[in-house]
Amino acid sequence: MPSEQKLGSAIVDTVFANMVSSQNESSLLSSEGDSQRTQYPYVTGTSVIGIKYKDGILMAADMGGSYGSTIRYKSVERLKQVGKHSLIGASGEISDFQEILRYLDELILHDSMWDDGNSLGPKEVHNYLTRVLYNRRNKFDPLWNSLVLGGVKNGQKYLGSVSMIGVHFEDDHVATGFGNHLARPILREEWREDLTFEEGVKLLEKCMRNLLYRDRSAVNKLQIAKITEEGLTISQPYSLKTFWNFAAFKNPTVGAEGSW
Amino acid sequence: MTKEHANWSPYDNNGGTCVAIAGADYCVIAADTRMSTGYSILTRDYSKICKLADKSFMASSGFQADVKALQKVLSSRHLIYQHQHNKQMSCPAMAQLLSNTLYYKRFFPYYAFNVLGGLDSEGKGCVFTYDAVGSYERVGYSAQGSGATLITPFLDNQLKSPSPLLLPAKDAVTPLSEAEAVDLVKTCFASATERDIYTGDSVEIIILNANGVRHESEQLRKD
Repeated sequence: MPSEQKLGSAIVDTVFANMVSSQNESSLLSSEGDSQRTQYPYVTGTSVIGIKYKDGILMAADMGGSYGSTIRYKSVERLKQVGKHSLIGASGEISDFQEILRYLDELILHDSMWDDGNSLGPKEVHNYLTRVLYNRRNKFDPLWNSLVLGGVKNGQKYLGSVSMIGVHFEDDHVATGFGNHLARPILREEWREDLTFEEGVKLLEKCMRNLLYRDRSAVNKLQIAKITEEGLTISQPYSLKTFWNFAAFKNPTVGAEGSW
Repeated sequence: MTKEHANWSPYDNNGGTCVAIAGADYCVIAADTRMSTGYSILTRDYSKICKLADKSFMASSGFQADVKALQKVLSSRHLIYQHQHNKQMSCPAMAQLLSNTLYYKRFFPYYAFNVLGGLDSEGKGCVFTYDAVGSYERVGYSAQGSGATLITPFLDNQLKSPSPLLLPAKDAVTPLSEAEAVDLVKTCFASATERDIYTGDSVEIIILNANGVRHESEQLRKD
């Protein structure tokens, strides 16, 4: 929409004018020697999908790390455990995700050092991540990630999402990036409160297959993670069966002889 | 030396519409529950209304992360106020606080479009309407957000409020009853949903009066 872009770019232009023209001076909007702010992501992960199911949360992500249009890494784990009760899935800049994992590690460590029998649940971790991302956005130096945070604590299932500028919400099913366009519609149609584990996995695989067909940065090597009150498991990497045996693919020029 | 341009915006518009109507002894605050980004719907079930005090409810649309941060700042300021003064903030006091909070970030604004609704110290309905940098006034009714341009003319026509141009200034509250006002609000949202792509899914309505707070919810078109 035009007006917030004008507002955004008016503010951003002022900030960047300061940065570019005064590299060696400190100014109100930059700290000493900082001229490094995230401009673009380099190595990125694509969609993450998460759903609530009967016993907890299921999350899926492929293992690709793209370097622009090159699929540079094919064994990137984008689903990770956070403490006892949570699971995080990340898309976007992989190095920023690794930084976030370091922050979370420290968060969980300090929480456990209280030694008070209480541990941070998924709602708290989601809130923490939202604050971190929003504050970085305020400093014009974002962590270039869209995160999915899911978990179960005291029988309560929780599934939330947060973007690089701090937009956050919780829902019964969430997705990042292309997943919002290709997976959410499937989930809106087919998700139910009482999905069994097998049904949940089938539903996620259906979404991931769709992404594989249509997202050019998707790779056919994925992991599915499950978190319940009992604990967390992240599957071994595996690949999906795809179907290319469509008549139109086999004989593309039928009906238009001479074309290709 | 060409200036570098950022390829990301610190702002996004997550859409939605907010309405508030003040009556003689009640106030209605309503907002749809759709949260969008670009042409996608993120969730159909997100509340834009925040209870700031017993008699002050704020509905905000715009950039959700900023809205949430604004709600947090105001809530914690209210908590401090309660600790210091041993009472709730009045709605006009909260109105001033909101204005000051918004202007504080005049040079990197909260992209939030707010309506504050509640009961004043005399128990009369009051509605305050804001722009993104804190300019505000007390009015009898207001709409903000993506559907505001569709709703405001309709409210101008249907609420039978005294004209703001009259001299001496007449009290701006609508002469309609509470039930009529709530019905009008539902009609507003049903209409805005038809033509505004960012409004829909459901509308959350809060009704404040001398007896307390009431919640109502109506389903809206999901397309």
